[in-house]
Amino acid sequence: MKRTISILVENHPGVLSRISGLFSRRSFNIESLAVGVTEDSTMSRITIVVDGSDYTVEQVEKQLNKLIDVIKLKTLEPDELISRELMLVKVAAGADNRGDIINIAKVMDAKICDITRTTMTIEASETTEKLDNMLEILRPYGIREVVRTGTIATQKGSDTINTKK
Amino acid sequence: MKAAQAMTECLKREGVKDIFGYPGAAICPFYDALVGSGIRHILVREEQNAAHAASGYARVTGKPAVCVATSGPGATNLITGIATAYSDSVPMVAITGQVVSELLGRDVFQEADITGAVEPFVKHSYLVKNAEDIPRIFKEAFYIAGTGRPGPVLIDVPMDVQNKEIEFSYPESVSIRGYKPSVKGHPLQIKRVISAIKEAKKPIICAGGGLFATGAREELRRLAETCHIPVITTMMGIGAIPTAHPLHYGMLGTHGRRVANTAVNESDLLILIGARVGDRAVTAPGTLQQRTKIIHIDIDPAEIGKNMEAQIPLVGDARIILNQILDAFEGDSCGGHEEWIETLNALKAKEPVQESYPDGSINPKAFLRKLSAHTEEDCVVVADVGQNQIWTANYFEVKKGRLLTTGGMGTMGYSVGAAEGVKTALPDTQVIAVCGDGSFQMQMMELGTICQHHIPVKIIVMKNNRLGMVRELQKNMYHENYSGVDLTGSPDFVKIAQAYGIESMRISRAEEEEKAVQTLLQSAGPFLLECDVSPEESTL
Repeated sequence: MKRTISILVENHPGVLSRISGLFSRRSFNIESLAVGVTEDSTMSRITIVVDGSDYTVEQVEKQLNKLIDVIKLKTLEPDELISRELMLVKVAAGADNRGDIINIAKVMDAKICDITRTTMTIEASETTEKLDNMLEILRPYGIREVVRTGTIATQKGSDTINTKK
Repeated sequence: MKAAQAMTECLKREGVKDIFGYPGAAICPFYDALVGSGIRHILVREEQNAAHAASGYARVTGKPAVCVATSGPGATNLITGIATAYSDSVPMVAITGQVVSELLGRDVFQEADITGAVEPFVKHSYLVKNAEDIPRIFKEAFYIAGTGRPGPVLIDVPMDVQNKEIEFSYPESVSIRGYKPSVKGHPLQIKRVISAIKEAKKPIICAGGGLFATGAREELRRLAETCHIPVITTMMGIGAIPTAHPLHYGMLGTHGRRVANTAVNESDLLILIGARVGDRAVTAPGTLQQRTKIIHIDIDPAEIGKNMEAQIPLVGDARIILNQILDAFEGDSCGGHEEWIETLNALKAKEPVQESYPDGSINPKAFLRKLSAHTEEDCVVVADVGQNQIWTANYFEVKKGRLLTTGGMGTMGYSVGAAEGVKTALPDTQVIAVCGDGSFQMQMMELGTICQHHIPVKIIVMKNNRLGMVRELQKNMYHENYSGVDLTGSPDFVKIAQAYGIESMRISRAEEEEKAVQTLLQSAGPFLLECDVSPEESTL
C-alpha cells in the first residue's frame, strides 16, 4: 500500500543524503521524494511516498524519527490529504493534431507552456493518478519526454503538521 | 583562542581525561593544542583500536569516551570500531581531522568523505564548516552520544578550521529540536505491565545491554527478587544480574544455555529489558510471539516491533521504568512461580559440566571457571569474538564486575583495545582480555600501546592454530571441507610478548592452570598467557 509521509527536517546540507541513505540501507522502497524549504527558512519539508506494508511504514517512521535532523514526521492518511505533483510532458505535435492535444490539456486543467513546429510541452499539476491517466491519453501522440517532481502533500482542513493532537 | 585549543577546552568541559588516537597531518593543530592541555593521550598502534579502547572506556564509565584520528585512512580505519560501538550502543565521540575546507571534494592527499562513509554507523555526525560552531557542536555531540540510546557521534574538522581564531564560550545546555529522547515509561503501560506480571505463571526476564547503559543492575535484581521472576540474559546483558544468582539461568540464543532457551520457549510472559531481539538471541521471533505474551522495554522506540511484536511496548529508560514498576509493587510481593522456578532449577542442575582434558591441551571451559574462582569481585573481562567469546560468555562467572564483548557487530580484534580502555578508566580494577589466536593476531600491535602507556591488562590467548568457530561451522555444515581456517605460520606468542618486555607463559595441561592463573593475576605489569586448546574443542 502506498503511504505519504511528511517530514520536517533541519535545512542543512547533507540531510537529504541521510534520509535517502536510510531508505536504501533498510531496503525501504521510495516511490517518490520531494523536498523544499518551508515557511520557516531553517526547516525543509520532505514528502516521501513509500510502498509497503503497515510494518514497513511503521519502521520507516521510527527509523526516520531517530535521525537527529528530523524535527517532525507525520504519515498522512490517504483520505485526509491533498496531494499534488507537477509534470512537464513534451508531446509530438504537428499541425494535424495540435488541436486534439490542446483539448486534452483543457479537459485536464493543464497548460500548454511551450510549442514548436513538432512538439508541445504541457504543464500539469495534479495527483499522481490523474497525471498517470493524462500520460496514457497522450501516449498515442508520441511522448518525447516526461519530467515529474514527485508528490507533495498537506492535510485537509486547518490543521498543519505542527498541530498537536 | 585558536579553534584547536577550543576543541581540547570542550573536551575538558565534558570531563574528558583520557583520549585514544593516532595523529596525522590533518589533525596536527589539535595535537598541538593537546600538549599541556592536561588531557592524557594514548597512542594506539592502529586507529581501529582507538575506537575499541574508547568503547571499553565508555562502557565502564557510562560516559562518552573519545577517539581521534587524522583524515583519509586514519578516519576510515576508525570505521569498524565506530560500527562496533554503534551495534553495541556505546557512547563515543570520534574526532577526525579533514583536509582544508577549500580543497574538500577535490580528492586531495588523504581526503575521505568520512561523514558520508560513517553515516550508517553513527547516531549523528558533523562536518565543521565554521570554527565558531565548535563549542556548540562538541556540546551537542557529547549530549547526543550519551543520552537516549547511546551511540557514536563523529566530528570531522578541516585543518583550516582548527587553525582559526574564535571567541570561546561553552554552552550551558543544548537544544536540538529533532532530539528529545523519552525517559519515563507511560503510566498506563506500567499498569499493564504490573497486571501481566501478577497474572503470569511462568514469567521470565530477558536482560540486555541496555541495563548497563542506564546502570540498572540493582533495579533488575530487586525486580527479580521481589516478583520471583527468573532472569536470563542476552550476550550484551551478561552480568546484569550476578552469574551465580539463584534466579539467573544463563544466556539465551544459538550459543546460549539450554535452560535459558527452554525458559523462553516455555514461558507465558517474556519481559525484554534493553534487549533488541537480535537474530542470535531469538532465532524464531515469529513463533515466540505467538506462544508467549511479550513486554518489551526499550529506550529506542524503533527496536520495539522491529524483530518481534510486543503486546505491551514500553518506551523509556530501563532504570526509571524498573523503578516505576518497583514502586507499584511496593509492599506487595508477587509469588506463585515456585513450580516454574523448580522446573528451571531441575533443568539447570541437569546441564552437563564438561571437565574432560584432552591430552596436551587445556579445556577452555574448565579454565574459565577456574579463572573466575580467582578473580576479584569487580574484575572486568573482555571477550573477543569466536569460540573464545562463547566460552567466556557461558563459563566465566561475573560477580560485581563486567563481561564486555561485542554482541552486535562481532568484531574480531576487539578485546585488547577495549581492555586497554577499561584499564585506563579503572586503573585499580583487574582487567582481562580473552581472545583466540585468530583475533589476537588482529590486534597484536596493541602490545606496544600497553607497554608504552603502562596499561597492565592481562591477555589470555586460547590457541588452537585454527579459526575455531568457522572451522566448527565448516565441520558441521560443510562436510568437514575446511577452507581458510588453518593458522599455520603464527608466531610464538610467548616470545612475541617477551620481545615487548611483557611477562608471558604457555600452558597445555590442567595441572598448570592453577599456578598460571595466580601468576597472571598477581603480576604487576601486563601479562600474556597462552592456553593451548585442541582444535576439536567444541564451542558449546
